[in-house]
Amino acid sequence: MTNSINEIPNTKVMFVIGSNATEAHPVIGTKMKQALAKGAKLIVADPRRIDLADHSDVWLRLRPGTDIALINGIMNIILANGWEDREFIEERTEGFEKVREAVQKYTPEVVSKVTGVPVENLVEAAKIYATAERAQIFYTLGITEHTCGTDNVMSLANLAMLTGNIGKESSGVNPMRGQNNVQGACDMGALPDVYPGYQKVANPEVQAKFEAAWGVPLDPNPGFMIPDMFEAAVSKDLRALYVLGEDPVITDADANHVRKGLQALDFLVVQEIFLSETAKLADVVLPGASYAEKTGTFSNTERRVQMVNQAIKPIGNAKTDGEIICELATRMGYPFEYQSSEEVMQEIAKLTPQFAGITHERLGTQGLQWPVPHAEHPGTKFLHEGKFTRGKGQFVAIENQLPAELPDEDYPLLLSTGRKLSHYNVFTQHSPSLEIHSPEELAEINPLDAKQLGLEDGEQVKVASRRGELKTKIMITERVPVGMVFMTLHYFDSPTNVLTNGAYDKVTKTYEYKVCGVKISKV
Amino acid sequence: MAENQRILVCAGTGCASSGALPIIDVLNNEIKRQGLEKTVSVVGTGCQGFCEKGPTLVIEPQQILYTRVTEEDVAEIIEQEFIKGERVERLLLVDQATQKPVSSMGDIRFFAKQHRIVLHNCGVIDPKKIEEYTARDGYKGIVKALKGMSPEEVMEEVKKSGLRGRGGAGFPTGLKWGFCRQTPSDKKYIICNADEGDPGAFMDRSVLEGDPHSVIEGMLIGAYAIGADEGYVYCRAEYPLAIKHLGIAIKQAEEAGYLGDNILGSGFNFHLKIFEGAGAFVCGEETALMASIEGKRGMPRVRPPFPAVSGLWGKPTNINNVETWSNIPHILRNGAEWYGQFGTEKSKGTKIFALTGKVNNTGLVEVPMGTTLREIIFDIGDGIQGGKKFKAVQIGGPSGGCLPEDMLDLAVDYDTLTQAGAMVGSGGLVIMDETTCMVDIARYFLNFSKKESCGKCTPCREGTTRMYEILDRITKGEGKEEDLDTLENLAITIKETSLCGLGQFAPSPILATLKYFRHEYEAHIHDHKCPAHNCTALLSYSIDVEKCKMCSLCAKNCPTNCISGDKKTNTPYVIDEEKCIKCGTCIEKCKFGAVTRA
Amino acid sequence: MEWLTLTIDGREVSVPKGTTVLDACRMNNIPIPTLCHAPELTSAGACRLCVVQIEGMRNLPPSCVTQATQGMKVETQNPKVRNARKVILELLVANHPLDCMTCQKMGDCSLAEYAYDYGVTGEVYQGEKRNLPIDSGNPFILRDQNKCILCGKCIKACSEIQGKSILDFSHRGFDTQVGPAFNLPYNESDCDFCGSCVSVCPVGALVEKQMVGKGRPWEVSKVQTTCPFCGVGCNFDLNVKDGKVIGVTSNPDAPVNGKALCVKGRFGMDMIYSDNRVTTPLIRKDGVLVPAEWDEALDLIATKLGEIKKTYGPNSIAALSSAHCTNEENYLMQKFMRAVIGTNNIDHCART
Repeated sequence: MTNSINEIPNTKVMFVIGSNATEAHPVIGTKMKQALAKGAKLIVADPRRIDLADHSDVWLRLRPGTDIALINGIMNIILANGWEDREFIEERTEGFEKVREAVQKYTPEVVSKVTGVPVENLVEAAKIYATAERAQIFYTLGITEHTCGTDNVMSLANLAMLTGNIGKESSGVNPMRGQNNVQGACDMGALPDVYPGYQKVANPEVQAKFEAAWGVPLDPNPGFMIPDMFEAAVSKDLRALYVLGEDPVITDADANHVRKGLQALDFLVVQEIFLSETAKLADVVLPGASYAEKTGTFSNTERRVQMVNQAIKPIGNAKTDGEIICELATRMGYPFEYQSSEEVMQEIAKLTPQFAGITHERLGTQGLQWPVPHAEHPGTKFLHEGKFTRGKGQFVAIENQLPAELPDEDYPLLLSTGRKLSHYNVFTQHSPSLEIHSPEELAEINPLDAKQLGLEDGEQVKVASRRGELKTKIMITERVPVGMVFMTLHYFDSPTNVLTNGAYDKVTKTYEYKVCGVKISKV
Repeated sequence: MAENQRILVCAGTGCASSGALPIIDVLNNEIKRQGLEKTVSVVGTGCQGFCEKGPTLVIEPQQILYTRVTEEDVAEIIEQEFIKGERVERLLLVDQATQKPVSSMGDIRFFAKQHRIVLHNCGVIDPKKIEEYTARDGYKGIVKALKGMSPEEVMEEVKKSGLRGRGGAGFPTGLKWGFCRQTPSDKKYIICNADEGDPGAFMDRSVLEGDPHSVIEGMLIGAYAIGADEGYVYCRAEYPLAIKHLGIAIKQAEEAGYLGDNILGSGFNFHLKIFEGAGAFVCGEETALMASIEGKRGMPRVRPPFPAVSGLWGKPTNINNVETWSNIPHILRNGAEWYGQFGTEKSKGTKIFALTGKVNNTGLVEVPMGTTLREIIFDIGDGIQGGKKFKAVQIGGPSGGCLPEDMLDLAVDYDTLTQAGAMVGSGGLVIMDETTCMVDIARYFLNFSKKESCGKCTPCREGTTRMYEILDRITKGEGKEEDLDTLENLAITIKETSLCGLGQFAPSPILATLKYFRHEYEAHIHDHKCPAHNCTALLSYSIDVEKCKMCSLCAKNCPTNCISGDKKTNTPYVIDEEKCIKCGTCIEKCKFGAVTRA
Repeated sequence: MEWLTLTIDGREVSVPKGTTVLDACRMNNIPIPTLCHAPELTSAGACRLCVVQIEGMRNLPPSCVTQATQGMKVETQNPKVRNARKVILELLVANHPLDCMTCQKMGDCSLAEYAYDYGVTGEVYQGEKRNLPIDSGNPFILRDQNKCILCGKCIKACSEIQGKSILDFSHRGFDTQVGPAFNLPYNESDCDFCGSCVSVCPVGALVEKQMVGKGRPWEVSKVQTTCPFCGVGCNFDLNVKDGKVIGVTSNPDAPVNGKALCVKGRFGMDMIYSDNRVTTPLIRKDGVLVPAEWDEALDLIATKLGEIKKTYGPNSIAALSSAHCTNEENYLMQKFMRAVIGTNNIDHCART
């Protein structure tokens, strides 16, 4: 996020697109509602009638996968009405003319046809967002989990820059990270092309710095991204995989393909706290520790690095994940001799400019928001004040693109996936109380579709795509539009990702979890 | 025979419920039958005030009052009044002191001591006709304000008049308006509080029913002075006739250009709506009232911020009650000096009271501030029913206090009554005689307060119930020595710590009765006696053998067969107290006064 | 900032303009009892327990909603004030069960604390008591309305923190209750089970069901930590007794969320003790995963990875790191892959 979570209650306008905050980021959802209570305006763009849609001033019920058309259309309206921020465009950005040209053909009428959103709603949304004193965009996986995810994000950046809504308090573009420490895992260089702090592996200076620090020669070539790994496993270019605290068989798109890849490996190690579906395929399973059993840090979606404090010893014979990795490294001839996670953080701080001023002691009970460039730095509340990281903000003309797989005659319904409030990914099913509260998948289907298929509320059905099939109960609801089915990713018994499409964004290789074709039949 | 004679038939809620409406139809038919329609007209008016004697009608211009009129009386009245020019004696009011019928209203004690400003039109005009209001100088106040006075000048005039809020607390109206006017805002509201909730009080209802335009005009003037462009009348839904008449009046005022945009070409806008309350007493408290309009649970909130700063939907808001608003047109029309001639130094103008209880003339009365209780009860009210002895007057409803006989010469004004432990309140006056038990009366009012407590603050929610429980115990003869101390401590704490007026004044009936009638409490607790012979549980019945003629009437009529005796065997009649339910039938039946109650 | 001076119990104190009398007292360590006040919620001024005497003011104003003014003279402990508070406490206790011994809130109950402080007996007012059913139809929150003192904080927490507004008062006067619409049980209402209501309840009316019978406040140590259930990064306190996590409670100083949490953060901690936990290393032998010692498992991995690296090169090995693990663990994992194995084949579910 470019802004901080606690700026939300004071924001004037929120444009929430592809983000079901009250369920996926509940406490951010509550902050949004606090802003609403203070009179903030809310624009929601979502095909589903999510809770926030009911609280919105304008709800743009767009067809899944038409985000770029929607944003271009809004920009068209803004320009037609002269609501753009001329000064900001001139002083802080470049490439504006190309975007202006590109959005010309996205007239309200055209966009309304493509997205299904009435023209008056488009105009109202454009007006509210563009004429606000301060406006924030919030997006989540509804934007990124598309084959055009990167372009979706750039469209939103265009919109923010067009109206000067970035780089100020309560004004910015805010992706909300889904998982608890996905921000931190990225920050720490658990990516194939960067070291901690997004320092490129291909940069010789960076390479030299890490070689000096770690005392070994390092590879300057980026490694495999997740989808590549499963391809490489099938083609035998990859022989061994070490999976730490993930369950790709359940969480990655086209799960059957993932399973095939894992089965093709010579050696699979899974380090987990539960015997996950992936662990069941492993050659060795190592018992890790839960959040209550270890000390370290998580970085949240607003870049706040916060302490995780050990409350109890690891359960049974389990060890903390850090301890396990250290022991393994040592056994492989490179001793990791850290006495504590605090020592690891000292090394991180030394090598990572954004973390330079972070120590466990400084984090204390309040944490720090990176960048924290030195030991006295108070942390950074919001990004891009006065200047973007790259200097001038780059406008990029983007055209609307279709999802990789749309419903057709054979698979007439559109499946979209997401989270729900009562669960988080796949492991909260192991919480007895949450399990009692919300025990099974309830695929959402529109009453008209249910009627056509002759389905009753709560009925068990079969859902199939080109890649697989599963059984699930259904909930008949107008939350989903006609033609759409919505499922979560939380349940082992209805592993939604056997259905989803393994097509991915060309830059980030993020799967298109949000759109694929399925059919439903009675069982 | 005089031209243009009118028959004013009271069609207020009181007389309507005792059968006034069909009388109007019968009158019209009879007039037609007699061919009098050119000279005699019938008007259904608002409350004429004399509810006790309803249905009432007045012949104008002679000012003849007929009481307890029925449909069967109509032909005779028309015949006598308009053909023979004589009275129907049997329908005239009988003065209790002289026991003679009185025909002219001016000679009736009930009317003679009143001074009607707010009720000036009530019972005189047809409230459903704006032209009858304008014919009696209606809307001249707002015209005067819009045509020649600045909002500040209007406010000054109201300040100068000395008018104080008629809702209970008596806060100076002009000053209150000033607070609201001073708060900068893009939007301001004014509200008329017509959530009249005191048991036995019907002043506001009568004004809205009988003269709704006066409230509208008052609000218009207030809105102009304050700078508000929207108003609400918050009226309890139990007042359907008031709501109906007000609705008609608003529509007529809109059509006549008194309400809406650019009123009388002045550029001043004002829109007025009616909001029907659901009958919670606490919604008469201004912050609860506003919460109710906003669609929330009617619960008071702490002040500050006062409504003048943050009121309805957070906007500056001024709230006055019906009677206050209805005073305003008169002040504007006639000037502050004229108004200042009525009342006392610190309480100007008149006050309407709903006179009820054990008094001969019950009804609606308007008297200048400073009139004594004695004048109201014994002159206007014509004394106590059945010649019984006056005991106390409850003034100010459940939030007010009971005053004893030696305070009858108190002048009714805000400060005097507050000092005496009562309050003007909204204007309820309940008269009690010697048969009223003051502990039971306190219990009665506490029962009301505890039911109407909104439940928000601890002292009122929990405390009113505990006070009621203690009083209930005392009236049942189960009072304990420490009860009076407990009660007093509780009452004072509730008064001093409750959030809103309901809680702060809920203990008033207890504190006042403890102050003036403590001996009655003590008699209940120590002697297990109710001096007023009212509390059933404390009564005992016995038969005086000397007086008993052994007629057996008492025994025959006793519902529990607890009286036994036999004339043949000369067995005296006695009451079995174990079985006696203290219904009092034996006393009523005994012709010889042999049964006594103690 | 503008400061003003007032006198509290004969002591001159200075506070910033805009401070309430209650805050002025608390800033100066003058104790004032409160039941309906919470710093994160708007003040209702409803319980009336915080009343004080202020020179020139009518009645006894509640300090939580009274602004301090220059020259104000406040008395917080005189007999009149203490008597009023005692009466209010007696009233509350008269309508409250006296089953403190078995109450989950014992030791952390504001009502009990003040009742003790003010010498309340519970015997002054004898009369009607509430007798309402207990709502235990959900796995998270146990709601005993008979213990409710109607302070209204849960209602405000639901609307002001959570933005849900499923709670409100119903009925009037002595019969007033708090609950969802139509007094439905929580699990039949629109409740999200964020538990904000529980976090502000001053008595035992709302308690964490999982914690009932698991530990008394004085036996529990609280460990602040960061929630693992989404990217918001809420902080809360793990409540630990005898080496076991017995529940989660809000930590008002949590930088992101204050007292707010969601159903997962507040109640999902029982996941730690799930029967499905792997508690010992497992090695596949004859196609079946069987328990093994750490040494055996780690040696096997070291050997196998060493062999594969030697035979097929470091890039034939990859790792998926974890968005659920700590920064330090992720750092170690990528360092392990890069420095020990010698490959950049490291990724994680960065995009979900």
